Amino acid sequence: MNIVVLVKQVPDTWAERKLSESDSTLDRESVDAVMNEIDEYAVEEALRLKEAHGGEVTVLTMGPEKATETIRKALSMGADKALHVSDPALHGSCAVQTAETLAAALRTVPHDLVVLGSESTDARLSVMAAMLSEALGLPQLSGARKVEVDGSTVTIERQTDTGFDRVQGSTPAVVSVVEKINEPRYPSFKGIMAAKKKPVTTMTVADLGLDPGTVGLANATSEVVEQTPRPPRQAGQIVKDEGDGGAKIAEFLAAQKLL
Amino acid sequence: MAAVLVLVEHAEGTVKKVTLELLTAARRLGDPVAVVVGTPGSAAPLVDKLGEYGATTVVTAESDDVATHLVTPAVAVLASLVASEAPAAVLLASSGEGKEIAARLSIRTRSGILTDAVGLEADGTATQSIFGGAVTVRSRVRTGTPIVTLRPNSVTPEAAPTQATTRSVDVTLDDAGRAATVLERVVEKKGSRPALADASIVVSGGRGLGSGDNFTLVEGLADSLGGAVGASRAATDAGWYPHQNQVGQTGVTVSPQLYVAVGISGAIQHRAGMQTSKTIIAVNKDPEAPIFELADFGVVGDLFQVVPQLTEEVGKRRS
Ligand SMILES: Cc1cc2nc3c(=O)[nH]c(=O)nc-3n(C[C@H](O)[C@H](O)[C@H](O)COP(=O)(O)OP(=O)(O)OC[C@H]3O[C@@H](n4cnc5c(N)ncnc54)[C@H](O)[C@@H]3O)c2cc1C
Ligand SMILES: Nc1ncnc2c1ncn2[C@@H]1O[C@H](COP(=O)(O)O)[C@@H](O)[C@H]1O
Repeated sequence: MNIVVLVKQVPDTWAERKLSESDSTLDRESVDAVMNEIDEYAVEEALRLKEAHGGEVTVLTMGPEKATETIRKALSMGADKALHVSDPALHGSCAVQTAETLAAALRTVPHDLVVLGSESTDARLSVMAAMLSEALGLPQLSGARKVEVDGSTVTIERQTDTGFDRVQGSTPAVVSVVEKINEPRYPSFKGIMAAKKKPVTTMTVADLGLDPGTVGLANATSEVVEQTPRPPRQAGQIVKDEGDGGAKIAEFLAAQKLL
Repeated sequence: MAAVLVLVEHAEGTVKKVTLELLTAARRLGDPVAVVVGTPGSAAPLVDKLGEYGATTVVTAESDDVATHLVTPAVAVLASLVASEAPAAVLLASSGEGKEIAARLSIRTRSGILTDAVGLEADGTATQSIFGGAVTVRSRVRTGTPIVTLRPNSVTPEAAPTQATTRSVDVTLDDAGRAATVLERVVEKKGSRPALADASIVVSGGRGLGSGDNFTLVEGLADSLGGAVGASRAATDAGWYPHQNQVGQTGVTVSPQLYVAVGISGAIQHRAGMQTSKTIIAVNKDPEAPIFELADFGVVGDLFQVVPQLTEEVGKRRS
C-alpha cells in the first residue's frame, strides 16, 4: 500500500506568532518552526499502516526551503522518501491555491491513501482534507480517531460531538486524523542517521504544470486587508478567596446581566 | 438585492441557534435564502422559524442520501444554487461539518473561503481572530463567491419576520459525492446539556479537579447556569471527561457569552479554543496561572470551596 503523508511546517505554538508587516503573510522568520503537531500523528498512522500492510510512505510538503527540517523529521520517524514542493511563486498562497498545488503534486505520486492532520496550528482552517477530496474526487474520510484497512476498503471512526460515525470508502482515499488516534514515536538515533540518506525530490510550480498566474499572494482567492494585534484585554478583576469567592463571582455575573 | 445563501443547521426538527445568527448577519449583505439539506420530511418544521429570522426564501433539498453521505449532499445543493442564484455570499456555521462543506464548495466553485469569522460587514469583509487570539485580521474574498463560516455566538440573533416562500430542489450526487458512506452513527453519550460548540455558556474543568468523579462539581455549576461542560486536555487525556468535550486547539473552539475555567492553567493550546469568549471567569489556586491574564473576573482560591458556593448562589438567584 502506497501512502502519502502530508506534513506542514508551522511556527511553534508556544512562540509569539505574527503576520509580516509588509504583506500580512505568515512571518516565518521571527519564530522557531516545528512540524505541525497533529501531523506527527498523521506520520505515525501512516507508518503503522505501512507496518501492517506493506508498501511505502512518501512525505509531501509545500513550503519554503526551511521546511526540509520538517521533512527530515518525518523521514527520521520512518517514512521512506519525500516530495517537497517549493517555489518562491507560492509565497502567500491561500487555502484554495494550497489545495490545488498539493493535489497537482499528489497526481505525480502513486497513492492508495493520502493521510494528513485534521488541522494546522497556524492557519487553523481544518479544510485541507475536504479540499483535497474534492479536488481529487476521492472519498473524504476526515476526522479519524481510528483507521482500519481491509484490502481496498478503508473504514474510519470519525469523531463527532456526541460520539463517532463509522465512515467507509475504497482506496485511493483521503484520511485526516485527530490527535486521539495514536501516540507518535520519537525518531531513534538510527532513524535520524538513516533519514539523511533518504531521497527528497523538489518540485516547482513549473514542474507541476501549474499556471503561475494562479498561485501565490498576488492571485490568492482571499486577502487580509487589515491586521491588528489583540488590544490588551482590559485587566480583569482578580480577587483572593476569603471564603466568599463563589458569592463574589455570582455578584459579578449578576452585574453583567449574565444571571 | 442579491441573494445570500445560508446553510441551515438543524437537528430533530429545530433550527440551531447559530443559523439564526447567520440569518441575522446575512441580512446585512443581501436577501437571506435559507437552504435546508436533510432527510425527507426534515425541512417542513423549520420553515416558520427561518421566516421569523428574515429568510425570504427557504430552499429545501431532501434526500435519503443525506443520512448516508456526509458533507457532499450539501456541497452539491449549494454549488447548483451558486450557479443559479449568483449569490453575494454563502454563509455557513463554523462547525466541523460546516467548514468541510465550505471547503469543498470553494474548490468546486473556485471561490475564496474565510473560516472562523467572528464578525461580518455589509461588504462581506470578515473579522477573524488568529494565533490563539493574539492577532485580529479583517479579510475579504477576491475570487468567485465569498464563502464565509461564522463562529457560533458571534452575532446576536434578531428576529425580522417575513413570509418565507418555499421551493424544493433535488440532491444530485455524482460518483465522487458517493465515494464515502456512513455505515453507522454511534452516540456515546447523550445528555440534556447544550452542545459545547454553540452553547452560550460553557463551564470547563481541568487538572485541578483531581479526578473524574469531581467533574460533578463542574456539571453542577454548568447545570445551574444552563451551560455546556468543557474540559482541558489534561482532563480528557486522564480519562476524567470525554474527549468530545475538550476545548482548545485540538478540541472544540468555543466563543460563548460566558466561559468559566475551573482548575485550568490557561495553556496557549487551551486559550486557542476559548479566547474569543465574551466574558471569562477563572477559578484557580495559583495567582500566577496564565488564565488570569484573560479573565474578566478571577478568584484565587480552592475550587472545592469556590465552585460549590457559586453553584448555590446561582441557584438562589435563579429561583
Ligand atoms: C499539540 C498539542 C495540542 C494541545 N491541545 C490542547 C487542547 O485542545 N486543549 C487543551 O486544554 N490543552 C491542549 N494541550 C495541552 C496544554 O498544553 C496543557 O497541557 C493543558 O491545557 C493543561 O490542562 P490544565 O490547565 O487542566 O492542567 P494544568 O496546566 O496542570 O493546570 C491545572 C491548574 O489547576 C490549578 N489547581 C489545582 N488544584 C486546584 C484547586 N484545588 N483549586 C483551584 N485550582 C487548582 C493549578 O493551579 C493549575 O493552574 C495541547 C498540547 C499540545 C502539545
Ligand atoms: N502547505 C502544506 N503542505 C503539506 N501539507 C499541508 C499544508 N497545509 C496543510 N497541510 C495538511 O493539511 C492539514 C490540515 O491543515 P489545514 O486545513 O490548513 O488546517 C495539516 O495537518 C497538514 O497535514
